[in-house]
Amino acid sequence: MIEIKDLHKSYDMGSNSLHVLKGINFNVKEGEMVSIMGSSGSGKSTLLNIIGILDEADSGSYSLDGVPIKNLNEKVAANYRNKFLGFVFQSFNLINYKSALDNVALPLYYQGIKRKERIEKAEYYLEKVGLTPWLSHLPSELSGGQKQRVAIARALASNPKVLLADEPTGALDSKTSQEVMELIQGINDEGKTILIVTHEHDIAQMTKRIVHIKDGLIIDDSPVEQVRASVYV
Amino acid sequence: MFDIERWQEIFETLRKNKLQTLLTGLSVASGIFILVILLGFSSGIQNGVKAQFEKDATNQINIWTRRTTKEYKGLNPGRRIQLKNQDFNKISNEYAEFLEYKSANYMIWRTLVNYGKESNNYRVWGSLPDYQFIENSDIGEGRFINESDLDNSSKVAVIGNKIKLDLFKDEDPIGKYISIFGINFKIIGLYYDPGGEDSESQIYIPLTTAQKSFNGADRINNMSYTVKMPKNFDQGVELSQNIALAIESDLKQMHTVAPNDLGAIRVNNNLEEAQKYYSLIDAIKLIFWFVGIGTIIAGVVGVGNIMLIIVKERTKEIGIRKALGAQPLSIVGMIMQEAIFVTMFSGMFGLILGLALLEVVGPLIKNDYIKYPQVDFNTALTTVFILVLAGAFAGFFPAYRAAKIKPIIALRDE
Repeated sequence: MIEIKDLHKSYDMGSNSLHVLKGINFNVKEGEMVSIMGSSGSGKSTLLNIIGILDEADSGSYSLDGVPIKNLNEKVAANYRNKFLGFVFQSFNLINYKSALDNVALPLYYQGIKRKERIEKAEYYLEKVGLTPWLSHLPSELSGGQKQRVAIARALASNPKVLLADEPTGALDSKTSQEVMELIQGINDEGKTILIVTHEHDIAQMTKRIVHIKDGLIIDDSPVEQVRASVYV
Repeated sequence: MFDIERWQEIFETLRKNKLQTLLTGLSVASGIFILVILLGFSSGIQNGVKAQFEKDATNQINIWTRRTTKEYKGLNPGRRIQLKNQDFNKISNEYAEFLEYKSANYMIWRTLVNYGKESNNYRVWGSLPDYQFIENSDIGEGRFINESDLDNSSKVAVIGNKIKLDLFKDEDPIGKYISIFGINFKIIGLYYDPGGEDSESQIYIPLTTAQKSFNGADRINNMSYTVKMPKNFDQGVELSQNIALAIESDLKQMHTVAPNDLGAIRVNNNLEEAQKYYSLIDAIKLIFWFVGIGTIIAGVVGVGNIMLIIVKERTKEIGIRKALGAQPLSIVGMIMQEAIFVTMFSGMFGLILGLALLEVVGPLIKNDYIKYPQVDFNTALTTVFILVLAGAFAGFFPAYRAAKIKPIIALRDE
């Protein structure tokens, strides 16, 4: 699903440049659930941004489901993001003047799907994350866990190939974190490929494979015995 | 543009930014409002001045005489210059190809006119048939003097509407007889004159009749011409100026008047006067447009400014949208459409308010130089066009900035 070879990325910081990724080789097969771990500044978020086509690598190759991601113009990049990827952010990033339902329906709007169908699909995914009673609520009227569920529903709405989650539980208490992880595990059980960036070990243990990044290089990449989140609940 | 979703998005954001939208809208609305009022008044002034000139044909040249003020070729100053039929004939022939209407006039000042028991004093003119067109009078009933009246020195008269109202009240004056200094004249026509009451209280009789009946011999008081107008107004002004000068110098020669004697022979060129006013109106119009456009620019800069703030405030939202797959063009479209909508809506509001005010207040204005202040359809259309352009302009830079937002940077903003 994801094939990355010898990926480099550096940022210009004024006069000197900061080499963030120093040759990443990384593959993810369909249906995997991988966590990327590393301390802050290790380059894990940069890697996720590149995988999410929000940023572009300086060198190396990256292909997503067989499609090479290289030198895309903004239009095509937007199109790929919309079709291939679902994003879940630490800070939820919901549009705060739109209801939960409209937030979930937004990626479908950019796919050019008719309103009626959009609403149906959005309702379906909100039901999936257990928020049907809250679909007309604004984000400000929802708890952190509920917001993240809306964000997950939104990420799923366009039926992406890969779900990318950047510290999805970073802003949640541990109980809510378990609930969200249980939901994400359930989605993975249905066959969706999932990538999670986290620095929490217990979250990483809930995935099937942990990739450690340090100073722009992968230092460890090993499968783990998945801990089901439901154990904690 | 016709995407319902897009409109819903726009209304949502506008609702979210009520105060900004209101203030921006207000500045644009007042800009257009002021422009409309200014344009209305400039057209009002134009109408007013035009009406002033409508009293007579604008391309009119009038010639009359006074006493000489300078000694010339042994002749003393203070000599009375008297125009005669032959002067008129000579000038008319000389400049025939440039002149449209020609009339020589013999005037009897205050003349007692009777009809039955009613009587009053009026000015009587002995004129030629062309005088109708020179005076710009509108024959409401009957006819004006014609050639056969002249040839026969008929005792016929054309009276103004004021005289009809004075002497005849509700009676139809055509065919009735009035007495002028005891001589009976048959009324053949009734005229109206846009110049008003004074212009409508005069009596026209054939020149030949006037000269014979009222001791005129071959004397005339003045000569009036209109110049054939070329298509181009400025050419017309130049032509009539030249003709006026040529006629003046001819008459001075014929009557042995010093070339530099400004008093003896007066030639008045209406067109020159008109041109002065028209170019003044043009200048006023230009200034009004300038001020109006300036106000609109101030409004538009306001819209642009507020859109920039909105874009800045929504940086994160735009980043989210982009991460979810929004095309840059759809972001540009969203911002532009919002800007155009705000300017259009508030601009239309100002436009309608301005038009309404002109409609209500316009007719109440009693001033000779301001008449029917209004904005015609084309001007209204132009302002609408300006609005769309202004909205697009106001939206462009913010939209451009929004399109340049990188989702990764926007989302990092915490």
